[in-house]
Formats: sequence, C-alpha cells, structure tokens
Amino acid sequence: MTPTLTISRLTKRFQSVEALKSVSLALEPGRRAALLGHNGAGKSTMMKIVLGLIPFDSGDVSVCGMAPGSSAARTQVAYLPENVAFHPALTGEEQLRHYLALRGESPKLAIELLARVGLGHAARRRIGTYSKGMRQRVGLAQTLIGRPRLLVLDEPTSGLDPVSRRDFYDLLDGLAAEGTAILLSSHVLTEVEARTDRILILSGGELVAEGTLADLRTRAALPVAFSVRPAPGHAPALAATFPEGVQGEDGLLRLRGSQSEKLPLLARIAALGSAVADLDVIPPSLEDIYSHFSRRDGQ
Amino acid sequence: MNRILATAVSEFRIAFRNRWVSIATGMMVLFALVLAAAGSAPTGDVGVDRLSVTVASLTSLAVYLVPLLALLMSFDAVAGEVERGTLPLLLTYPVSRLQILLGKLLAHLAILGLAVTLGYGAAALAAVWFDPGATEGLGALWRLIWSSVLLGATFLGTGYALSALARRPSGAAGLAIALWLAAVVLYDLALLALIVTDGGGAFTTQALPVALLANPADAFRVFNLSAAQAVSAAGGLGGAAGTIPLWQSAASLLLWPLAAIALAAAAFRKVTP
Repeated sequence: MTPTLTISRLTKRFQSVEALKSVSLALEPGRRAALLGHNGAGKSTMMKIVLGLIPFDSGDVSVCGMAPGSSAARTQVAYLPENVAFHPALTGEEQLRHYLALRGESPKLAIELLARVGLGHAARRRIGTYSKGMRQRVGLAQTLIGRPRLLVLDEPTSGLDPVSRRDFYDLLDGLAAEGTAILLSSHVLTEVEARTDRILILSGGELVAEGTLADLRTRAALPVAFSVRPAPGHAPALAATFPEGVQGEDGLLRLRGSQSEKLPLLARIAALGSAVADLDVIPPSLEDIYSHFSRRDGQ
Repeated sequence: MNRILATAVSEFRIAFRNRWVSIATGMMVLFALVLAAAGSAPTGDVGVDRLSVTVASLTSLAVYLVPLLALLMSFDAVAGEVERGTLPLLLTYPVSRLQILLGKLLAHLAILGLAVTLGYGAAALAAVWFDPGATEGLGALWRLIWSSVLLGATFLGTGYALSALARRPSGAAGLAIALWLAAVVLYDLALLALIVTDGGGAFTTQALPVALLANPADAFRVFNLSAAQAVSAAGGLGGAAGTIPLWQSAASLLLWPLAAIALAAAAFRKVTP
C-alpha cells in the first residue's frame, strides 16, 4: 500500500539548534501512529513541516504524493493544533461554517459536525464563552470536515474529560477504518497504548524508537519488579534467602530481575511456602519504557 | 471566490460584534453633520450649490478620517491572528494568503463604504434640506464616496502590511499611528514649509505636483477638488490642485490600492506561523 505520509532523512535547524535530525518514517492509510517525546523533542516541529507551515533544511517529505503545504496537499490534510484557538466573537456554528466554506463543503453541515463532537447545544454561543474542553471539541469538529486522508493532531485530548477522550478515540477509529492515516502526539501514554497501532518516540530531534508497544517492551528489556510480603516472624529468614533484595520500612522485600529471570525467581519465592504472606509482580510501566527510550541518548 | 466571500462574511461579523461598524459609521455621521452645520454660513452667494460646497468641506474631513478608520480596522488583521494563535490552523486550509487578505479587505471596505455613505449622506441631506438646488452637487457626492473607498483601500492594504511586518498587535498599532501622522499630517506640513521657503520657485512648479500625486491622501484631495472645480473654495495645499490634470490624480487614486495590496501580500508571505 502506498504510504499516505512519507518522511525520509528530514533535518530541520533553528539557528544553532538541530530540531530534527535525519528523521524517517512512513504512515500507511488507516494506520494510527502516536508521536511521543518530551517538550522540545521536535514533535510540533515535525507536524508543522508535514503541514507545510514551516520550511525544512534537508530530506524529503511527501503527503499523499505531493509536496507538504501545496494547495493539493492541503485539501487532503486536516490539522488540530496544540491549544487550538478561534476568534472569540464568532459562535461555534459560524466558525465551522467558515471552515466548511474554505474546504468547499456546504456550510449547512456545521450543526451536524458540532453535534458529532457533543457541542450541538452550544452551537449558537460565542466561542469566547466556551471552556477549554469545548474549544478543543470545535477543533476536533473542524478536522472531520470533508474526508481528510491524513489527520495531524497535536495533543488532541488535552483538556478533554475521560468520557470525551473515549468518544474522541472512537471517532478516530471510525476515520481510520475508512482509510484515514492519523499522526497524533500525546502525553497520556495509557490511551496511546490502547488506541494506536504504532508508537514513535522522538528525543532531542531524533527518532529513537518505533514500533508497537509490544515491540518496544521486548526491545527495552526492562527488569520486572517483585514485591514480597513476609509472613509474621519470617522477615529475617526471607532477607537471608534473597540477599540481593531491598527491605523496605513497610516490611516489604523488593526484588528486581530481567525478563528471563522472572520465572526462576517466582519459583524460588513459591518454594518458601508459608513464609510468604503475599506477592505482587510489577511489569515495567509505559512510563518506564518511554523513559528508557527517550533518555537513551545522554539526556 | 467563495473562499474570499466566506472570509469576508466572518470578518464582517467580527467587526460588527467588535462595534467597528457602529464606531466607524457614528464617527463619519457625526463629523459630517458638524461640517455641514459649520460650513453652511458663508455659502449664500458663492454661485455654487450648497451640496458642492459641503462636498469640498467633506473632502478635507475624509483626508484625515478615512485613513485613520482604515488603519484602525486593519492593524490587527495579521498580528491579531498571530497573537490569538488562529493563524497556523487557518494556513493549513486550502486557501491562499492573498485570498485571506482579499476577504478581509472586502469586509473592511464594505464597512468603510457604509460609514462614508451614511456620513456623507447625512451631510448631503442637510444641504438639500436648506437648498433644494443642491441636488446639482449629487455627482460630486458620488465621486467623493467612491474615491473615499479607494483611499480607504490604500490605507487598509498598508495597514495589513504593517500588521504582517509587526507580528504583534501593539507594535502594529504603533506603526499604524506613525504612518497616519506621517502620511496625512506631517507630509502636508513639510510641503507647506517647502513652498514657503521656495517662494514660487522650481519646487512649487516642478516637484510639488509630483509630491502631491505620490501621497494617496493628497491625490485624493486634489482629485476631488479639481473634479468639482472647487479649487478656489479650498485653502492651503488644495490650491495647488489646479495645476494637476484630473487623469493624473485619478490614476494615483486607482494605482495606490493595488500597490498597497501587493505590499501587504508580500509582507504576509514572509510570516511564518
């Protein structure tokens, strides 16, 4: 399948700072990719280049086979900026009618679009009176105009409550099923895990990791943690059995082991029988995996 | 064309809600009526109809007020979008920067056209009320209205250009006021000073007509005064109008808006969101 978005060896400099260093990626129709990274890692810069808002220094970017920012490319791409803003004097409906007209669609669809993001009741109120979450939903509504082949969403769920977030990802699933490629950035790792096909981690302008979460988990090979609660009176014996463990003030014994050591370690603990009151196995969290990749290059 | 119209509709709505429509109209009507009342005294036996005299007074008013209104409406056009953060999203839409500017221009020209029509219209009504023969001056009134719109277009265009160059509304407002002072007030003062020191020499006969045509506000004044053959009724620089052929001031009036829009488009193209 021809990728909707292709980026190869993209480099962008701001004076002396290298914002993007030789980044390459391809996004096929219907795929949802999440872009993760610290503030200043280059996420927004990359998105703005894909949209043609800022020029780049070297490399190639192709959006639906066209140059980014060309008028042909702009008809195929929809964007939701971080902290999206609108003129406060216009109502939600008027703002969407304007955007619909700019995309050559019928302005009559405005109310229907607002209803899709749960703003039907506020359509005739001025955007100046909206909450941040409501403005964000106007921003989402305008990305649904027409049938974009590529959606670029910068922190799309910031300011949304958990229920709206779920509704929003349901909308994305629908679009992806129709073949829209989606590139989004987020800080909320749990929702990214459940609702995207691929994770891209940017760090210091470099693409340091790319793949499904399972891929990244395997590649990171982070240690598994065990938290063992000794039966009353057995704490010293337990500590003697596992000299590598750390005895906490709460009475819990903490152990760490690599993925391959996990089962042998479990067997040793189980062999202690009644000396162990309870046991928790704590896999590396998404945050751990993310930190592992994003800090790898001396950060 | 639809994109320009859609932009114009939104901009008109915004200007209406920000009270720009009522401020511009109110200002024009108020000043025009004051002028009509003040200008009514000495006219009785000048031999021209009352409306033509009112138009000559209105011309002097428009030279100051139309550029001011145009700059006040336009200085926020690009810088305001940058500051609100609405520009990046707008520029990802399939609409060109020139179309955005033309949409804004259309809306602002409509407001300006409305304001001058109502303002001059009020003064004209007052003139016709007192002197039924004043209807002879309707041609001059119509000329004043459309030339005011052209003058407004020039200053709207330069206002957009300043807005794009400044990137911040506060900076753009400062530049707009500076431009108004320089083009409308100081320019004429400097010319007057030069005429006085020159004493009817080469400057007054050779350079002055060019200097008047080079400034859109002066070209507007010269055009209206010489077209109405009301040169004698006007004092100051207006007196020089007699030496400039009508087609030259008309050409200046028509070319300036195009140059201003081209300048605005060039400045806007350099804005990176």
